[in-house]
Amino acid sequence: MLAYIIRRILQSVLVMLVVALVSFALFRFVGDPINSMVGQEATIADREALREQLGLNDPFLTQFATFIGRAVQGDFGISYRLQQPVMELILSRLPATLELALVSGLLAFVFGVGFGVYTALRRNGWLSNTIMTVSLIGVSLPTFLIGVLLIWVFAVELQWLPSFGRGDTVQIGNWTTGLLTPSGRASLVLPAITLGLYQMTLIMRLVRAEMLEVLRTDYIKFARARGLSNRAVHFGHALKNTMVPVITITGLQLGSIIAFAIITETVFQWPGVGALFINSVRFVDVPVMAAYLMLIALVFVIINLIVDLLYYVVDPRLRVDRAATRH
Amino acid sequence: MNRLARMWDSDIAWSFRHSPVAIVATVVALIIIMGAVLAPWVAPFNPFDSASLNLMDGFTPPGVPNQFTGNTYLMGTDNQGRDIFSTILYGARISLFVGFAAVVFSMVLGIGLGLLAGWRGGWVDSLLMRIADVQLSFPSILIALLIFGVARGFIPPTMREEVAIWVLIVSIGLSDWVQYARVVRGAAMVEKSKEYVQAARVIGVHPTRIVLRHILPNVMGPVLVIATIGLALAIIAEATLSFLGVGVPPTQPSLGTLIRIGQQYLFSGEWWIILFPSIALLLLALSVNLLGDWLRDALNPRLR
Amino acid sequence: MLSKLHTGVFARTGRAMLMAGAALALTMTGANAETLRWARVADALTLDPHSQNEGPTSTLLHHIYETLVGRATDGTLQPRLATEWMISAEDPTVWVFKLREGVKFHDGADFTAEDVVFSLDRARADSSGFKALHSAVESVSMVDDYTVHVKMAGPSPLYVQNLTNTFIMDKGWAEANDVVLPQNFAAGEENFAVRNTNGTGPYTLVSRDPEVRTVMAAFGGHWDATPAVTEIIYTPIAEAATRVAALLSGEVDVVQDVPVQDIARLQQTDGIKIATGPENRNIFFSYDMTSDKLISANVDDNPFKKPEVREALSLVIDRDAIQQVVMRGQSQPSAAPLPPFVNGWTAEMNAYGKPDYERAAALVAEAGYPDGFSVDLHCPNDRYLNDEAICQAMVGMLGRAKINANLVSQSRSLHFPLIEKWETDFYLLGWGVPTFDSAYIFNFLVHTREGSFGSFNGSRYSNPELDAKIEALATMTDLEARDAMIAEIWDKVMEDRVFLNVHNQMLAYAMKDNINLDVHPENQPKMTTVTFGN
Repeated sequence: MLAYIIRRILQSVLVMLVVALVSFALFRFVGDPINSMVGQEATIADREALREQLGLNDPFLTQFATFIGRAVQGDFGISYRLQQPVMELILSRLPATLELALVSGLLAFVFGVGFGVYTALRRNGWLSNTIMTVSLIGVSLPTFLIGVLLIWVFAVELQWLPSFGRGDTVQIGNWTTGLLTPSGRASLVLPAITLGLYQMTLIMRLVRAEMLEVLRTDYIKFARARGLSNRAVHFGHALKNTMVPVITITGLQLGSIIAFAIITETVFQWPGVGALFINSVRFVDVPVMAAYLMLIALVFVIINLIVDLLYYVVDPRLRVDRAATRH
Repeated sequence: MNRLARMWDSDIAWSFRHSPVAIVATVVALIIIMGAVLAPWVAPFNPFDSASLNLMDGFTPPGVPNQFTGNTYLMGTDNQGRDIFSTILYGARISLFVGFAAVVFSMVLGIGLGLLAGWRGGWVDSLLMRIADVQLSFPSILIALLIFGVARGFIPPTMREEVAIWVLIVSIGLSDWVQYARVVRGAAMVEKSKEYVQAARVIGVHPTRIVLRHILPNVMGPVLVIATIGLALAIIAEATLSFLGVGVPPTQPSLGTLIRIGQQYLFSGEWWIILFPSIALLLLALSVNLLGDWLRDALNPRLR
Repeated sequence: MLSKLHTGVFARTGRAMLMAGAALALTMTGANAETLRWARVADALTLDPHSQNEGPTSTLLHHIYETLVGRATDGTLQPRLATEWMISAEDPTVWVFKLREGVKFHDGADFTAEDVVFSLDRARADSSGFKALHSAVESVSMVDDYTVHVKMAGPSPLYVQNLTNTFIMDKGWAEANDVVLPQNFAAGEENFAVRNTNGTGPYTLVSRDPEVRTVMAAFGGHWDATPAVTEIIYTPIAEAATRVAALLSGEVDVVQDVPVQDIARLQQTDGIKIATGPENRNIFFSYDMTSDKLISANVDDNPFKKPEVREALSLVIDRDAIQQVVMRGQSQPSAAPLPPFVNGWTAEMNAYGKPDYERAAALVAEAGYPDGFSVDLHCPNDRYLNDEAICQAMVGMLGRAKINANLVSQSRSLHFPLIEKWETDFYLLGWGVPTFDSAYIFNFLVHTREGSFGSFNGSRYSNPELDAKIEALATMTDLEARDAMIAEIWDKVMEDRVFLNVHNQMLAYAMKDNINLDVHPENQPKMTTVTFGN
């Protein structure tokens, strides 16, 4: 057991290093930060001096080593763009993104499961078919367009919901939350829908497929034969059995939630890490880009680690399975 | 080839005949694809030929004569005076090309690596699946953004325009191969342990032959389903990337680039610039998605 | 409070303002408190007054800090912290500044000559973004509490024009908080002045969440009249569509960066009005007209080196069409590579003719390219108003003269290094002239690239005779002779067709129709100038 954990942690560290190396190698191709950092009057010599000072002229490996050396101490430097410590900047933006991701994930889950069950039970009903088709429209248009359309309808034409930002937030320790104020909650609606639409469609289709599968099994036939009500069969047995794969897949969708958060945050001026990242790319704010990618990698590595360890603890069979597939 | 033939047996045909959704989706998809392929002959103008454009034709509303030039366009013109209808046809050409090429790229890569992992097992499998994990953790758009950045560094400035579209294809394709690899790997592992494969190995059949003749046909069904939905995803991904400022040059817009341009005119009253390309993209992606759905049910009801 | 629109959004935002207002009870005076919610494309990068010489940063800081002299909306200089400025009668290399008396910093400290000396020294530090504007300064000294002498390396008749964005800090506060120098990136530490302020300006900083919201309240102890706007809530909104939507839905009162295509529609919208005006910035194309061979062309020599080709370029550009379609009427088409605000501009330079594609094609053929040639055209896509669309239109026009331009449009962080490193043959650039004098253009765009000269001279243009004249301009005190020299230089530059000017940019601010705000030529509106009522 201990050996397994140590091996997995070592693997995780290796993954982090690779991510750092790859992402770091990419920055030099995003552009040159100097031009945004100095005024148009700066001489070419001044520009070169700043480049030298920031170590941008050093060999790649030197830059990388310096970065890693500082990063392990938790020091990601100062943002070229906003002149603030990068870690502080990212931590102050993280709550916004996590709240958005959480709420949209929740929306996607609730509606996804609900619609999924309904469409599975009423397989050929007109409403089921409508839900199936309409949900596909959601994944057939680019996210940015859906966001802009929602703003147009609900903020400009109907004036029901705010078009940008997070509304008022409340500070609780290091965490800022918009969930406790009316304007904060109202601001969350449109971005959460935009971000959650894709996940909802995915979950819905998954639940539907799983339900159809499970409803066909002998186990359900037995339950019916035992005289259980439809409701008990559908929700007590069928839905319960579909939940394991659904939850697993939903968890694995973390990456895509983060990806689409970049777009959603840009469209809605949502002050999260995604918008911070895109602004950093435009400005070539290397310290922020590096820290952001490391953060994403870390989140992923930790989740994977936990999942693997849980499997290991919960299901002894997997030890054999995993051992078999991994070697 | 016998298995491939079985895949196309009458069951599928029957299912297709009895699914109005599938028929309509096929017709719509075919119309768009034909329109795109035949664009140079079908479209009234060539919007990619910048020299033929008249800037003064810009922002002509659909069916209304332009106030300066008096020209009338079926779906109006965009900000450069390009006929929207022609631009949609030419743009769909780019979008479909990027979509198909990205799917083929990720399919070949995914199947290849999946077979390798499943067949060889051991450390090869371990390594490939770990890479797949890393890949899955990174948002696909992020991967595409980063690849685009790298390509920009390596490719000499003079060649960037020509290779931009290939970079786009590789970026989108590379973020999608894992799905194929996982499916194929699973199937390969199952088949590998079956007796006929063991027997074939014993009598000295070349592994490549076993893989190509026996394992690959078995996974073609699920792969086809993934590919169909992947096509829709790739087309949307191209549009999303263009919103983030990477993609094909604006002088040769794809459907996504057109929507990105049109998005600027949503509040200014020039609704036709965004409406028609969006409808085209929606119809294309929707019909491909619906086909994928149908295919999934028709090929194997047990398949997720 | 601004009434109208009592919709859900508005009621909610109103409550937000009340909550914010409670915190401001101390600084808000009088019953007629007016809050202005102001949105623009980008946030200030820092609050450090000398770190970044950049538009949005200076615009925001003008509300918190003040300069010695200010720039009015008509481009003229106006007294701020200095009441008088003149060149010393005894020594032509010394500028004398008489300072305003009775001015207080936000923390209550008195404003004196000591603070000016300190601030001008700080602005000349290595890590300052303003040092280039003060490169001719030798030393700054205090004569008495309200008089400062600035000693220049030589006569500098226009130095005062460089001071409109150099803010004055309190020496005592800066020393107490260890911010004697502006932010040094390489040091890896955050400067206290990045997030904290102590100016003499009309507003004090109440709260700031970078890229989210900055709140400022009127400073009761300010020397000037109390402004109509007593509270400013500043929110950057990067996406153009979202920014316009926020105004349409009543969530903001003033939008500074209005996309040109939305102007006409907004003008027709009830309750919204638009203020437009020329910006001190012109947009032009330029090309490598010096090298023997281009990087991206499909020919073995340099077509741009040939006067015929440069003339052909001037014949293909249809400035009126670009104005009417690409800019939706919101630009001033002009052949003069400088905005009309700038000393040296003449109406004759502005004149341009109709495009003549046949003649242009003939000239290209005459120059030795009967089949035309192809070349890359580099363009930023996130810097100027509709920059990418201008280039796209240009590609079409060039095509008619058999010049096949491949458009490479990219982010500013990729575009500008190409000009700096001479890696582009043909490019779009915009140039603002903060000093309102032609010398600024010559120094950076015309002079041969050497030392502090020619850093944006992407044409590689080099004319020793002109260089000598340009250098002489800096120290000429006879303004008439100087203007004549400027005219001479422009004549040569126009004759050589160093620039292919497109237009002068126009600015548009959109606002609720009970708000009055004029467009500022440097795009630095001051909310102190806002008035309410129609």
